Amino acid sequence: MIQLAYLIPLFPLVGFLILALFGRKIGNPRAGWLATLMVFASFIVTMIVFAQVAGQPAGGRLHVENWFTWLSFGSVSIDAGIQIDPLSLTMASFVTGISSLIHLYSIGYMEHDEGFSKFFVYLNLFVFSMLMLVLGENLLITFLGWEGVGVCSYFLISFWFTRDSAATAGKKAMIYNRVGDAGFLVALFLLIERTHSLTYTVIFSRLSTLSKGDLIAISLLLFVGAAGKSAQLPFFPWLADAMEGPTPVSALIHAATMVTAGVYLMCRVNPILHLAPDAGHVIAWIGVATAFIAATIGCAQTDIKKVLAYSTVSQLGYMFLAVGCGAYDAAIFLMLTHAFYKALLFLGSGSVIHAMDDEQDIKKMGALRKVMPLTSLTFFVGWLSIAGVPPFSGFWAKGDVLSNAWVVSPALWVVAAFTAILTAYYMGRQYLLVFLGDRRWSSDGESALHPHDATWKMSAPLIVLAIFAAFGGLLNLPFGSHVNFLETWLNPVVGHSLLRNTDSALQLWIFGIADAVFAVVGALIAVSLWRDAVNRPRLEPRFLTMAWFIDASIDRLVARPSIALAALSSTVIESEVLDGAVNGVAGAFKVSSSRLRRMQTGYVRTYALMIVVGLVLIVSYFLIRSGL
Amino acid sequence: MFEVVNSFHGLVLNGTTSQTSFPYLTTLILVPVFTALMVLAIPQDAQRLIRAIALTGSVATLGISAAVIDQFVTSTGGDQLVSTHQWAPALGISWSIGVDGISLFLVAMTALLFPLALYGTTPKRNTGSPNRNTKGFFAWMLILETGCIGSFLSLDLMLFFLFFELTLIPIYFLISGWGHSGRNRAAMKFFIYTFAGSATLLVGAIALAFIHQSETGTLTFDIRALGETHLSGVEGVLLFLAFTFAFAVKAPIWPFHTWSPDAYAEGPASSSIILGGVMAKLGTYGIVRFDLGLFPHASIMLAPIFLTLGVVGIIYGSFVAAKQRDLKRLVAFSSLSHMGFIVIGAFALTGESISGAVIQMANHGLYTAALFLLIAMIYRRRRSFDVAKMKGLQSQAPVLAAIFTIVMLASIGVPGLNGFIGEFLILVGTFSAHRWWAVVAMLGVIGSAVYMLWAYQQVFHGKPEMAAGEKDFSDINVRERLVLVPLVLLIVALGVFPKPVLDRIEPSVNALVAHVQVVDHGSVIHQQALRSAAGK
Repeated sequence: MIQLAYLIPLFPLVGFLILALFGRKIGNPRAGWLATLMVFASFIVTMIVFAQVAGQPAGGRLHVENWFTWLSFGSVSIDAGIQIDPLSLTMASFVTGISSLIHLYSIGYMEHDEGFSKFFVYLNLFVFSMLMLVLGENLLITFLGWEGVGVCSYFLISFWFTRDSAATAGKKAMIYNRVGDAGFLVALFLLIERTHSLTYTVIFSRLSTLSKGDLIAISLLLFVGAAGKSAQLPFFPWLADAMEGPTPVSALIHAATMVTAGVYLMCRVNPILHLAPDAGHVIAWIGVATAFIAATIGCAQTDIKKVLAYSTVSQLGYMFLAVGCGAYDAAIFLMLTHAFYKALLFLGSGSVIHAMDDEQDIKKMGALRKVMPLTSLTFFVGWLSIAGVPPFSGFWAKGDVLSNAWVVSPALWVVAAFTAILTAYYMGRQYLLVFLGDRRWSSDGESALHPHDATWKMSAPLIVLAIFAAFGGLLNLPFGSHVNFLETWLNPVVGHSLLRNTDSALQLWIFGIADAVFAVVGALIAVSLWRDAVNRPRLEPRFLTMAWFIDASIDRLVARPSIALAALSSTVIESEVLDGAVNGVAGAFKVSSSRLRRMQTGYVRTYALMIVVGLVLIVSYFLIRSGL
Repeated sequence: MFEVVNSFHGLVLNGTTSQTSFPYLTTLILVPVFTALMVLAIPQDAQRLIRAIALTGSVATLGISAAVIDQFVTSTGGDQLVSTHQWAPALGISWSIGVDGISLFLVAMTALLFPLALYGTTPKRNTGSPNRNTKGFFAWMLILETGCIGSFLSLDLMLFFLFFELTLIPIYFLISGWGHSGRNRAAMKFFIYTFAGSATLLVGAIALAFIHQSETGTLTFDIRALGETHLSGVEGVLLFLAFTFAFAVKAPIWPFHTWSPDAYAEGPASSSIILGGVMAKLGTYGIVRFDLGLFPHASIMLAPIFLTLGVVGIIYGSFVAAKQRDLKRLVAFSSLSHMGFIVIGAFALTGESISGAVIQMANHGLYTAALFLLIAMIYRRRRSFDVAKMKGLQSQAPVLAAIFTIVMLASIGVPGLNGFIGEFLILVGTFSAHRWWAVVAMLGVIGSAVYMLWAYQQVFHGKPEMAAGEKDFSDINVRERLVLVPLVLLIVALGVFPKPVLDRIEPSVNALVAHVQVVDHGSVIHQQALRSAAGK
């Protein structure tokens, strides 16, 4: 049954092709159902393969399937193929699972959109690319998927392309990603030069021949790519702008799946990182710094989706913290639980936006709990989960990251712990402003709103995700090998967590209680500050609403000088210097007489014709001679 | 190493023995020019007949090129389907043509682009030119096709020169006859500039033949024989520069490109397609075939200079492209940038990078032709190339927008499409040989996304604005789809499954690389011998 694995990416690819060619004819809503079915079929196959692989002994869970040779040059051969192992299967399961739910949700969310079928074209292409990314048996197939999801992200952010802000945001996302990709590609060049391969298993078997410097360079270059895709410092401004896309896209691509691709890549190449601990420190610190900075920004945003966007950046920072600490299973654990609760929160916010007639400002909401009980309840679960309140899933996953950070460096742990308080706080602020407090929208008059919970297509995914967000911790409980399923399952690929050697029951309890306290404290601060208030300018300083001026700085330091340089090149250098020199040379030949200049066009013509005549004569001579 | 060189020549002989079979290559060269003569013989009034004959001729050429690919033996690096006839023995010139992995796909790409250009951009339909003389148009295009294919197939330096020159004339007349408002100036600039290049090429070719004669006693322009000439350092460098100037102008290589934006922008769509798609490759093909093949030592010595010019072109081209408002000029500067990649691939002198350069030549031809065709289709509806005069076209023409998107992504180098393959191989090879040039060239990977996405946003995104009385912007019709679909299919197919192409390119490139190393090695020994002889 493992041989069926090729069907996992094939279903969404077929869906994409059918919809790209006939989507308009299939129409609304059938195009959406077709796309959803394709992804769901892919999910079913993934589950079947998962069951098969899980039934095998831990050492025999690696299966590589090659379809054909994509590129070969010199001694290097790069195949198009997939690798089935615990890590790639874990990724494929949650990608197809969450994608199925979000496809279903989108049928409802996009039902009145003109571009309904086009939306599902992009969505299916995205799922195919994402699956190639996680299943690829070598770095170039991963890169293919990597660029594919980037392109889909570009399409979907600028989906409502008649809006200039959406078009610009899509372009921005793609360009930021290209910068990261340049790093990714250089890492590939270095790997090819040193190991003559890009196949994961082959590279890993040849690492002993690499110097320390090479290993650090490769790790950091891949991390540049990962930081671009996963919106880490200094690349994160694109993710906030990416909220211009439809909300299901934000949930699927810019929260649950694509933006975690960088984390996946780092986990996939863990044997390289393992040999380059210095690179690991850099990654851990950039991760925790991103987590902290993005969390502070999240405290001051007023757009319901921007709060979630910065929250995503912050959570991704936690994942990189785990990666940098060598706790890859903790990173994946957080990635999974984050996918549940963040997709839940985004879809919840989508329901709110839908109900509020496209209003996204949380200051103009309030008191939605009564009219949207289901959305409110599931959003509440999402809040508690991301805040890390026990026993919700975030508690276990974030706790795993924090305790691993402590082992590497207490300084990392301090920043991460403070960020945990901020997380509980900013999500609390959002929940209170949206669902509790006073009603700040009108229910009568001309701009009357009648918000209510959405249809089952949009509600069912919320319920499923809320269940996972609440109980996802069961995937990996830290009470010994019979309950930490995820760690045991991933062990053949990423090895054990660091804490394993040192943990004791006492330590576990101390960390657990501390984490719970952080969550509760942050939540209580939010409740006390935002229960009655709508505006607290001192808590929303310009420095934070402007996201530490990072976007503005990049604009000033990189974009504007580049534009100036382009202007200089195209005006002064191109037309004055280079073309001027050519014209000068040409001019020197024609200073002689103005009469000659007037004749010149005719002159060249005659000359040109002479050449033709000459050539015709020569060719005819040859033809006659050779007797043709 | 020496074995490789021997087999290199052995294959030439093998090829010659197969002469008795159908003369594919000679036919390939002659069909277009004969079609041109037929077109000229028909009265101007019979426009539909002229068009039908011209199209038939170019499609027949495409068919023959398909047969050539079919006949091509994959695993060998030497010249195939060789046909050699004495021509002017006293002058050492012969009609010697053949195909190898380096020229095979350039010929096929040329044979594909001509019918598409003829079918897709007949003057009365697309250009702003009042010139309705389709007879002249078709005749010049077909003569141009013969010139281009002949250049790629020539194994005789003088024959190459003749074909290389032959391409100048039709392009000159196409631009000046069927171009836009600035056509005369642009055609003239193109002609004078490229003609200056040809002059140095001619002098260099003759000088090389004489040096060879003084060394061996026979006067010949056979490029395989000339490749074995022992040149002193100065001779090699001077000849190399004489040849390279011609190729650098044609490609173009920075800073010899200033004719190209004018020629691309002012010429009719058909000449832009051929200039950007095919003739630019005459320059880069010339570098690979003649610079590397004839002057390996000088190529190695001067490689850092040309790597630098290539990298400057990559970055400069992206910067300037980002400031263009005219779509055709934007593609011209984008081509400058892409040619930069091919130049560094050639001068990095590794098997990967040269294979990458060769496949990129063909791939760039496909997506550049598609871009020019798309721009011509936009022009036909908007009567402008100015991005400021377009907006929101995606709402009105979603299919056009979708095809433009695919072609744009290919040109940006997104994997899975054909533009990625060559760029990747070029950079892999360059990285291992000249690390920092490759790293700086990566800026071009970012830059191409910046200017292409900017242009796409200007043209296709936003709310469509229509002036009063302006007709609605219609989506592409069946005829236009027919032109674009083959290109799009190839863009995807060659991105997903480039192996058959690479397998045919690689042996010839490996032979070339071995030849460069051996001759370079030999010339060093030769000079050491000369020096020690002089010392005595």
